[in-house]
Amino acid sequence: MTDARYFTTTKKGEIFELKSELNSEKKEKKREAVKKVIASMTVGKDVSALFPDVVNCMQTDNLELKKLVYLYLMNYAKSQPDMAIMAVNTFVKDCEDSNPLIRALAVRTMGCIRVDKITEYLCEPLRKCLLDEDPYVRKTAAVCVAKLHDINASLVEDQGFLDQLKELLSDSNPMVVANAVAALTEINETSRSGNPLMEMNAQTINKLLTALNECTEWGQVFILDSLSNYNPKDEREAQSICERITPRLAHANAAVVLSAVKVLMRFMELMPSDSEFVTNITKKLSPPLVTLLSSEPEVQYVALRNINLVVQKRPDILKNEMKVFFVKYNDPIYVKLEKLDIMIRLANQSNIAQVLSELKEYATEVDVDFVRKAVRAIGRCAIKVEQSSERCVSTLLDLIQTKVNYVVQEAIVVIKDIFRKYPNKYESIISTLCENLDTLDEPEARASMIWIIGEYAERIDNADELLESFLEGFHDENSQVQLQLLTAIVKLFLKRPSDTQELVQQVLSLATQDSDNPDLRDRGFIYWRLLSTDPAAAKEVVLAEKPLISEETDLLEPTLLDELVCHISSLASVYHKPPSAFVEGRSAGFRRVPLKPDGSAAAAAAPVEETPQATVIPSQDSLIGDLLSLDLNPPASHTAPAATNVPSNVDLLGGGLDALTWMGGGVHSPAEGQFLCHLRDPHTHRPARPPLPAPSAQSPLPATAQSLPRRTSPLRSPLTASAAAAAVSGRVTSPITNLVTSGVTSHATSPVTSGFTVAGICTNPFLAGFLDEDTILTLATDGDELLLTDHRPLGGDSSSGAPAPAAGGGMGGGTSAGLLGDIFGITPTPSNYMPPKQVWLPAAKGKGLEVSGTFCRRAGRVSMELTLSNRAMQPMSGFALQMNKNSFGLVPAQPLQVPMPVQPNQSTDVSLPLENNGPVQRMEPITNLQVAIKNNIDVMYFACLVPAHVFFGEDGMMDKRVFLATWKEIPAQNEMQFTIANLAMTADAISTKLQKENVFTIAKRNVEGQDMLYLSIKFINGLWALLEIKVAPGSSNITLAIKCRTCEIAPDISNSVEAILRA
Amino acid sequence: MIGGLFIYNHKGEVLISRVYRDDIGRNAVDAFRVNVIHARQQVRSPVTNIARTSFFHIKRANIWLAAVTKQNVNAAMVFEFLLKMIEVMQSYFGKVSEENIKNNFVLIYELLDEILDYGYPQNTDTGILKTFITQTGVKSASKEEQAMITSQVTGQIGWRREGIKYRRNELFLDVLEYVNLLMSPQGQVLSAHVAGKVVMKSYLSGMPECKFGINDKILMEAKKGAGDDATRSGRTSIAIDDCQFHQCVKLTKFETEHAISFIPPDGEYELMRYRTTKDISLPFRVIPLVCEAGRTKMEVKVVIKSNFKPSLLAQKIEVRIPTPLNTSGVQLICMKGKAKYKASENAIVWKIKRMGGMKESQISAEVELLQTDNKRKWTRPPISMNFEVPFAPSGFKVRYLKVFESKLNYSDHDVIKWVRYIGRSGLYETRC
Repeated sequence: MTDARYFTTTKKGEIFELKSELNSEKKEKKREAVKKVIASMTVGKDVSALFPDVVNCMQTDNLELKKLVYLYLMNYAKSQPDMAIMAVNTFVKDCEDSNPLIRALAVRTMGCIRVDKITEYLCEPLRKCLLDEDPYVRKTAAVCVAKLHDINASLVEDQGFLDQLKELLSDSNPMVVANAVAALTEINETSRSGNPLMEMNAQTINKLLTALNECTEWGQVFILDSLSNYNPKDEREAQSICERITPRLAHANAAVVLSAVKVLMRFMELMPSDSEFVTNITKKLSPPLVTLLSSEPEVQYVALRNINLVVQKRPDILKNEMKVFFVKYNDPIYVKLEKLDIMIRLANQSNIAQVLSELKEYATEVDVDFVRKAVRAIGRCAIKVEQSSERCVSTLLDLIQTKVNYVVQEAIVVIKDIFRKYPNKYESIISTLCENLDTLDEPEARASMIWIIGEYAERIDNADELLESFLEGFHDENSQVQLQLLTAIVKLFLKRPSDTQELVQQVLSLATQDSDNPDLRDRGFIYWRLLSTDPAAAKEVVLAEKPLISEETDLLEPTLLDELVCHISSLASVYHKPPSAFVEGRSAGFRRVPLKPDGSAAAAAAPVEETPQATVIPSQDSLIGDLLSLDLNPPASHTAPAATNVPSNVDLLGGGLDALTWMGGGVHSPAEGQFLCHLRDPHTHRPARPPLPAPSAQSPLPATAQSLPRRTSPLRSPLTASAAAAAVSGRVTSPITNLVTSGVTSHATSPVTSGFTVAGICTNPFLAGFLDEDTILTLATDGDELLLTDHRPLGGDSSSGAPAPAAGGGMGGGTSAGLLGDIFGITPTPSNYMPPKQVWLPAAKGKGLEVSGTFCRRAGRVSMELTLSNRAMQPMSGFALQMNKNSFGLVPAQPLQVPMPVQPNQSTDVSLPLENNGPVQRMEPITNLQVAIKNNIDVMYFACLVPAHVFFGEDGMMDKRVFLATWKEIPAQNEMQFTIANLAMTADAISTKLQKENVFTIAKRNVEGQDMLYLSIKFINGLWALLEIKVAPGSSNITLAIKCRTCEIAPDISNSVEAILRA
Repeated sequence: MIGGLFIYNHKGEVLISRVYRDDIGRNAVDAFRVNVIHARQQVRSPVTNIARTSFFHIKRANIWLAAVTKQNVNAAMVFEFLLKMIEVMQSYFGKVSEENIKNNFVLIYELLDEILDYGYPQNTDTGILKTFITQTGVKSASKEEQAMITSQVTGQIGWRREGIKYRRNELFLDVLEYVNLLMSPQGQVLSAHVAGKVVMKSYLSGMPECKFGINDKILMEAKKGAGDDATRSGRTSIAIDDCQFHQCVKLTKFETEHAISFIPPDGEYELMRYRTTKDISLPFRVIPLVCEAGRTKMEVKVVIKSNFKPSLLAQKIEVRIPTPLNTSGVQLICMKGKAKYKASENAIVWKIKRMGGMKESQISAEVELLQTDNKRKWTRPPISMNFEVPFAPSGFKVRYLKVFESKLNYSDHDVIKWVRYIGRSGLYETRC
């Protein structure tokens, strides 16, 4: 009989039977019984009732049986903590066993039992095992420290295990070293203090590199991965490490190769790119990368995703290897798609002929996605390699002749892009395209076709008929098509005004009167107004010259690319997303390419020495030093390198953006992180395929205060407006800053988070690249009725707003901002909830300076609103502000700017944007923030509580299913209940109100007459909190339940929610 | 790191489930089944993210192997580990099938306990594992034996144990090459490369140091520079694009001195892998001629030409000519070998047992087609070919393999060495 039979027993009295067998005298029978138990456990049956009986079998000299019992223990100890104690003695005894295998087994298993009482007993044996004479035991104990750290981090620190672990780094046995490195790396990443526990110095590195040559393949991966976190102090050190690592490229294990590639790619950043050394490494990197393509398909997939990054970062490495990426007929589809992507990136003038003939071949394959991508790729080749455009176009025409529906549609979409890139060159093919008009059923293809007709209306005789034919089913069209149709007909009218007046009337009324889509309606109104006020201006706007589209498409945004290069071979590189996008908690470490230690970047590399001491008063006692020393790390380190990366953006904008852009409506922003790259991607030139950030109310697009030149709001002078724009949250910062500040006119964009504010002008060059033409002004979806009703279109009803100035001449951003702002007569107001200011520092303690303030969330980040009052006799100036380490890592995003000295008995209001990338230290209470403020008189200290709601991120909308899963996952003891008394509000009102503060309603249910709201919050540090709000009709009390992994924050959440609701 | 590892049968039933980390719950087992195994559409990626949990899977025969994690793990490592896991299981109980897994589940759990600790892969060398994971129950190992096991598992030479003795010291080298080709219908080589490997069977006593010499251009030139081999430079050398070595090879030495030196594992293993793209002698050329004569008939003619020394014989030749899905019947005429139309595979399979060098053979087929209203054109998959030839198409040559064992009294001359070259087809395709 074989073991398979254990899987088949399903009798009723099974548990009872097993029990008696487990207690049998016969060893053989016992063993059989334990096997049955394990088999049941595997298939998911609950056999926890047998706990005492199984534990009784633990004391045996049969290693196999012992292992099975241990396996059982690991599974069920958590559910039966009291019983688990019974096993402790055996464990402790086993840790002293003469057989090293048993010692290791015991310590390995103990680490996996997450029961506090067992953990206590683990310390002593673990300490001994870390010093064991046998390397097998030591290497097991090293991993066990990581396990213990996960259960109880402070215990590990208190018991000195970290030091013991560090000592293992110089162990004589390579495998012990490798496991110790792995454990330390993991502890480092999850460490709450954020400070590296493992100081890597030249000596440690040397030891690691020595162990690298001798340990197992997996050990080599651990070591290489941890080396990739190291920042060499200079170029020479980086070189010498690289030299010792390059031999790993010839290893048979793909993981070793890729980890070595990661270290090399990262360290190359430290060296001048034209140095011989870099050229050498570049040469050496190519063959192993190519070899990875002959591994198993799954490994190939990982390799290809990484090669995609490598090719974007350093195109030189694989520039001559195009052929190896040719798709094989039997490749799995995921490999095919990735190869295709890389082929396009590598396409250039010299190999384009080959690439094209391959792509043509692929376009006849079976898999629809693959075929589409191949067709799209042909278009991209045309745009990328000018010499080949003719061939590409004729290839595309051939494909259109095949009449395969999805091929035709895809081809039309790319041909539109080709027209954009090479205007007035291939118009001869329009007639062929028009033949396929009837077969187009996908919105994108229809929209593209309509764009082509509108753009070349003057050359297509029956353009009016063609467009009219679309108009018949206007309401059934996708909004993308509707918008395009509207624009195309307006273009047609401007080009051939004589015979198309009726058509344009028709489309305008369809768009403005019969449509529920605010974007469409508003675009309709604007056109209408433009056409009726000043057709010449309309012509200039609608038929403006379009900026060229860029050659490279779908590139990753540079800072993301840099971050991903540091994560080569990891999941992040497979997803092409930063780890924070898919990993919970702190372990989602943000990694940066090391900065070159020269020139201006030096300041960022060595913040402590180089910080402008002048702004901070020299410390007077130890506390001050403590307070100030750690938060001097200026955000400049982010902006400096990025600034050099994105010159193209600046050019585009600086060159004057004559076309204004409508931002296509209805497109929702993708997940956080993702949208950033699109936002910045100057190459996004096709409608809707890449999810564009839409400035709708839910959008996480950082709301940026807008400064209207005519209506200077008291809060924001133009100066601060651009500063606020610059203050767009964390990672986004740099290029946007560049964009906005260099584009002097400061047309800041913003979906001001309230329901119904006009966002202002969105001069987004990338979008200008996409459809056409015109500027958008965006209305948030909901409450815009209000705005529009007092704007009946046309007819010069000047009552509604200022007369629209003739927009002749430069429709530059600035003027148009004013124009449109005036049309709608709105001042953008920051609608975010802001608690009333409190006095933080009374004048008596502040040597005459009284500080009161509050916090709010503005432009996607935390903002500190301060009122500085001078109660002293002399003017105050030279203000500066610093923050102590705090729970959320808040630091000022910019120096405190107080424009003028504050005269006696006067006060001034300052708004200070904060970032959350500073050092983190847990505070008590958790929202406590200690601040030091300095002026020409002294340095003062105060502490304040930050209201929790300012930490609620814009991306806090959780997927429904994720919500459900998370809700179940968080244990019930983490749930806290609060009652908000005397507040009569409907569930909907609550939902809307909270939504504005980034508390997102996931679902609404009505259970037994009570309204239940389920909401999610994402803190800016990635922590999620789930809320359930119960509104009983007739009662003025609201019950709030909060589930969060960190329950200390729950009361703060509750307070904030209450405050928001009462506001 | 890896948070858990599951093995499923084709129905999605769990055969093995081992959880290493607290963040992976039992529901992960079901999540994978529902979202991947039972997914309606074919899986489009070997990595799946479900509710912030990442699943890596490989499928072999009817068995799914899935590794689960919530962290940003090294993805290449996870896949390499899963592949290694399959290898380990195979070497313990043969084919990885549902039945074998069920029969050996205790063993698998024991292995999983050993080779993954808290999700970190440990020593996975089968030779070593077999010394202490035996499934024979009671361990009666002496203290010395135990110490030896642990030093091997963690040792610097983790792939070889001490004290191996053979009466006859012998070694076998197999140079195995796979020729990959993609050719256009006009006979233009679109891409071609050779993936080769050197498999060694070593039956040597003690801890022998081996040095391996091949006719790689770079290695030969390095030698010439040293001056000891300059006179024999008449030999041809080849350009190896890239090579990879078994972990026993001292990579640093290869990098600096261009010498392949190592202490081999005992028994059979893969010493090195390499890849070449230049000057490949393609053993066969396929010349297709497909003519769609009307809507119900297609004529196919395929000529194969062997292109190597007439004294050599190629074996196991198989040409696979795809036919359209609506094929109703095929008439075949071939000069040599046997040809058959296999409706289930939508292909004509033409087999020839042996064929000498510089010969030519031909097959012609008339394919009758059913009339269909299916608008979509047949995509004409490429004609593929399989064969085996007794030489290395890349020109790879073993120049020497020297064995040094200082402690035992046998010398390089006493070792009996065998070398064999085999060239096989990899993906050998010609478009038509």
